[in-house]
Amino acid sequence: MAFENLADRLQNTFRKIRGKGKVTEADVKEMAREVRLALLEADVNFKVVKDFINKVKERAVGQEVLKSLTPGQQVIKVVQEELTALMGGEQSKIQWAEKPPTVIMLVGLQGAGKTTTTGKLANYARKHFNKKPLLVAADVYRPAAIKQLETLGKQLGIPVFSLGEQADPVDIAKQGVEAAKADHHDVVFIDTAGRLHVDDEMMAELVKIKEAVSPHEILLVVDAMTGQDAVNVAESFNQTLDLTGVVLTKLDADTRGGAALSVKAVTGKSIKFAATGEKLDALEPFYPDRMASRILGMGDVLTLIEKAQAAVDAEKAKEMEQKMRTLSFTFDDFLDQLAQVRKMGPLEDLLSMLPGAGRIKGLKNIKIDEKQIARVEAIIRSMTPEEKANPDIINASRKRRIAKGSGTSIQDVNRLIKQFNDMKKMMKQMMGMTKGKKKKNPFNLPFM
Amino acid sequence: MSFFKRLKEKIAGQTEAVTGKFKNGLTKTRASVATRVNQLVKRYRKIDEDFFEELEDILISADVGVATVTELVDRLKDEAKSRNIKDPEALRETIVEVLSGMLTKSAEEPQLRLNPDGLTVILVVGVNGVGKTTTIGKLAHRFKQEGKKVLLAAGDTFRAAAIDQLEVWGERAGVDVIKHQEGADPAAVIYDAVHAARSRGVDVLLCDTAGRLQNKVNLMKELEKVKRVIARELPGAPHEVLLVLDATTGQNALSQAKVFGEATDVTGIVLTKLDGTAKGGIVFAIRRELDLPVKFVTLGEGIEDIEPFNADAFVYGLFSDMIQGEDGTPSA
Repeated sequence: MAFENLADRLQNTFRKIRGKGKVTEADVKEMAREVRLALLEADVNFKVVKDFINKVKERAVGQEVLKSLTPGQQVIKVVQEELTALMGGEQSKIQWAEKPPTVIMLVGLQGAGKTTTTGKLANYARKHFNKKPLLVAADVYRPAAIKQLETLGKQLGIPVFSLGEQADPVDIAKQGVEAAKADHHDVVFIDTAGRLHVDDEMMAELVKIKEAVSPHEILLVVDAMTGQDAVNVAESFNQTLDLTGVVLTKLDADTRGGAALSVKAVTGKSIKFAATGEKLDALEPFYPDRMASRILGMGDVLTLIEKAQAAVDAEKAKEMEQKMRTLSFTFDDFLDQLAQVRKMGPLEDLLSMLPGAGRIKGLKNIKIDEKQIARVEAIIRSMTPEEKANPDIINASRKRRIAKGSGTSIQDVNRLIKQFNDMKKMMKQMMGMTKGKKKKNPFNLPFM
Repeated sequence: MSFFKRLKEKIAGQTEAVTGKFKNGLTKTRASVATRVNQLVKRYRKIDEDFFEELEDILISADVGVATVTELVDRLKDEAKSRNIKDPEALRETIVEVLSGMLTKSAEEPQLRLNPDGLTVILVVGVNGVGKTTTIGKLAHRFKQEGKKVLLAAGDTFRAAAIDQLEVWGERAGVDVIKHQEGADPAAVIYDAVHAARSRGVDVLLCDTAGRLQNKVNLMKELEKVKRVIARELPGAPHEVLLVLDATTGQNALSQAKVFGEATDVTGIVLTKLDGTAKGGIVFAIRRELDLPVKFVTLGEGIEDIEPFNADAFVYGLFSDMIQGEDGTPSA
């Protein structure tokens, strides 16, 4: 679907603008187009996208390209940093009242997940902050909404305050807070009815509730799958109520969640929590950097950039290249390379992260068995230094010993040696092809 | 005859009530999309790349999606070239024509497939919070008004108080609800409901299901089972599998349509919450990529607020300012 197309497109762009020392304006323009599409496909509002792209362009042009990166990757790095900065800011903390009870009000559109989130937040406050919460059922409109909150309360063992469906939500909220004080609850969560941000009457009701109970937190609950309209919703709720934060729900869906960025950009209010499942403990603090990667849909590429920066020792890579050139590549080197690569994480992930790997036929669905790698390592480690340096001396008796020492079979040892020799042959061909050209790509690992 | 005139004539043939509902429900959408297109064509003296780029933005802001918008705009560019249109004003009509053409395949399409001899089973599916239960309540009322005998099946045994919510709708519409306890096997509820519906001589059985995200494999399997049970107990059923989509949903709606479609052979879409500022433009993308028709839209919180989808009325509602502007009346 869209996602794969995007990854492919990005890779194409990467390839086109490789091997320059500085990010040029042309590079940025090309990348900016792809990033724009990525953000739009992730449902980030188009106006937010426009502003964002302009900012990235300004910052990226003229930057020095880091050694291990291509200019394209460098631009993406800027994008990632800007995105994280835009979404970051304050950490997701609840402002606890100096004098309890802390009053927290949840608002949002129909179906965003307010009632469930109310239950989850209360559970979170009790578990992590040792609070004694009270839930207040102020949604008198949706059929059985009060019953839903009561059921959640029962499941959690947290009391629920309600006055039935005939009562006025403002009264319910007011009396709910009073009841909390009387019963020494130190935090009150008010579940309000879902409403459209353009419904003036219903929005006025929220203002009344706000005036009646002066909440310490007013959290907007936003469905992570929301599209372009997220800006209008967030803007209206924020203008009417002056929100203190946002809870992003249904983040366990396969959505890229661009709404998060839109909401943050138009309200400036931080996203405090993310709901990630149907269970009542499926609520976590919001991580801006993770969300940035997710929205961009290049999480893997970005992670790879970071990992490559951290793990690939430039000196060693150079040495390795030299060895490949002179064909003095031994089992020791092989082991070295394995170790370097494994520093970057599970091989299967790594393979899928590799720019261009998607294009290599058969590589797309390849399954790498981590145990198999461990076995390979064991076999190599069971060789003597001479054997490692000069595999040709490995005869039947040596093979038997190696197999025994590594807990594998002679067939396994045979297979590895055959693969090693094939690889060397392949390298010879590859080196022949690229003779004279200087290749600086650290991902040019021979056994991939 | 110009396309606008044809559209207006088609609209004139429909009852005022229907078009009025669409118009009212889509006021916000129209205000933002149509007004902006109008401003756009007035601002530009000639059609150039900037013009098309702005048009792209307008459509993207309606959640139509990048791929669909690109295709659409390419088509418009071709049209403009082949018809030698240089004046943005003249292109305005083509924009509406192309959009409308994408949604309309045949006038019959929005009709529900009802079983002519006996029980019709309609399965309602979708992700969490899109309005499945509310839609069922509205549909039940609608069928009841048509003089049909209706039964509801409380297949959402997972969410807290979902059964109670359906029961309230049952009371409002004056129809019975078949239910088990919370936590019961949904397939068992549906099984009982199909048998009850047959023995009671019911015309339409509406089956509610728990909301589930389409990437939850186990939950999708459960839904497959529910559908299998229906098909086993009543050959030919379910006659309709309606996927409920929230109009505020962005590009993920495509994934929802795709995965729910694979699991349950969705036959049509109900687009809900179209009375906000959301545009529901994803309908274009779903039509283009999956060819699923929209059968109903919901435009308010009342039990009456559901309408069979009508592409003409939808486009009319979306662009009525523009169409009126064509007549010489001032556009908004």
